[in-house]
Amino acid sequence: MSKFEGRKIYKGRAEGEALVTSEDISFYGGCEPDTGVIVEKGHELEGKSVAGKIFVFPSGKGSTVGSYVLFALKKAGKAPLAIVNKETDPVVAVGSIISEIPTIDHIDVSKIRTGQKLVVDAGLGVVSIVE
Amino acid sequence: MGLELTKDDRDMLDGKHGKSAKKAMEIITALGEIYGAKRLISVSSVQIAGVSYHNLGEAGLEYLSDMAEDGQTRVLTTLNPAGMDLTEWKKHGISESFAKNQKRVVDAFLKMGVIATCTCTPYLIGNLPHYGEHIAWAESSAVCFANSVIGAMTNREGGPSALASALTGRTAEYGFHLQENRVAQVRYDVEARIENTDDFGLLGQVIGTRTKKAIPYITGVANATTEQLKSFCASVATYGGVALFHMEGLTPNRTLVPDKTEVITQDELDAARSELDDADVEIDFISVGCPHASIKEIAEIAEMLEGKKVAKEKTVWITTAKPTKDLAVKMGYYDTIEKAGAFLVSDACCAVAPLKGRFKGLLTDSAKACFYARGKNSFKTKIRTIEECIKEAIA
Repeated sequence: MSKFEGRKIYKGRAEGEALVTSEDISFYGGCEPDTGVIVEKGHELEGKSVAGKIFVFPSGKGSTVGSYVLFALKKAGKAPLAIVNKETDPVVAVGSIISEIPTIDHIDVSKIRTGQKLVVDAGLGVVSIVE
Repeated sequence: MGLELTKDDRDMLDGKHGKSAKKAMEIITALGEIYGAKRLISVSSVQIAGVSYHNLGEAGLEYLSDMAEDGQTRVLTTLNPAGMDLTEWKKHGISESFAKNQKRVVDAFLKMGVIATCTCTPYLIGNLPHYGEHIAWAESSAVCFANSVIGAMTNREGGPSALASALTGRTAEYGFHLQENRVAQVRYDVEARIENTDDFGLLGQVIGTRTKKAIPYITGVANATTEQLKSFCASVATYGGVALFHMEGLTPNRTLVPDKTEVITQDELDAARSELDDADVEIDFISVGCPHASIKEIAEIAEMLEGKKVAKEKTVWITTAKPTKDLAVKMGYYDTIEKAGAFLVSDACCAVAPLKGRFKGLLTDSAKACFYARGKNSFKTKIRTIEECIKEAIA
């Protein structure tokens, strides 16, 4: 079992399957607020849904309205279970806090693969690969 | 954790001042930790963005309603434009259902004690900080104006973080709140002719595109009106994310002058204009007032429209703040403009109103308006002086 230590952005614990990308995410305009599907043209996750996944990406980009998109995902039941970043940007940080999504950063996201089972304990700032 | 909190900060974080203040303090402390702030500081003024129902949607409205349950502003807080004129929306073709939802958004802000100014130019109508004052503003054009033209100190806040500062009176001390982060990084010598608001917008586009987030020191602009500077601010913030610039002889902040110098030629300004002038654009929408028009601009437009008629196939929006519109009514400008068949629209603007599908081509003096008309509404665009815009409207 590999274990990585990072920094808490928003507390909480989650267990689930990783969805990983090496590209930054713009939630506003890049992710459908009612389905969780990534719609940014040409993005490597285009067509995939973040719903119910532990969403692993380097950082956020784009409009500050993105925070409200994370909130909309949560209300629609389509939010990621947790967020793991290399460096959380303020748009995602604010989105995680207002939506109460466990979030940590300062994690080397290139060490995690899509489909791996993860346990995130954001309060402790720890993410573990359990299988 | 290196972030130092006062007893009052901690009480808010512990929920002793209610759940909205707690949530707000969580946002502010998290940002403080991400950016390595040492402490929180008090702010005396807040400007909140994210007001149009068109951008917020039902989820955004739900968030605001949650915060309004027990949230109350602690400092002077004003509001960005909504998606419609809050009184005369019907005659501008806004739907009943949109109006109903837009009013729910404004009501949530009112409940929290936010002054529903609904303008992107708070500094023109009573939210005017002074030099060196720490504030927390959203709305990129107003952030740029406050930092650069006034010399107040603010980061580029988003809607939720600005609201968080309104409910706590606090922000984290990082970025543009620290003098060492306000020093110019690149010098631009302007050789191009910069005369009207459209030229200032184009200059903002050229410098913004080149400088991205690096702080510009601009020379070669001999003089500028407040209206021209607000046009420049809107554009340089839209095309580059610039939150602070220095303009020699015109802005008050002290700075070292960077050695690295780039020249801005007339050719570049002309190229920026050609870039915003779409080929074979059919103009059916003319809008002035991005950022919101001042009373001086409205007086000049009224004079141009006196006794004239707007062409049948064209719609004209002059957008402004409600208090400015009230002044225009008092001075007779409103009647002159509306008799000519143009609309003096308050509280809203062409960038945030639900206009998609209603028009084909926008003529405006604002480079920022062109950006949003293209990106959000798929309109074609053309940029000219205010005078040329009004001439085209009555042609």
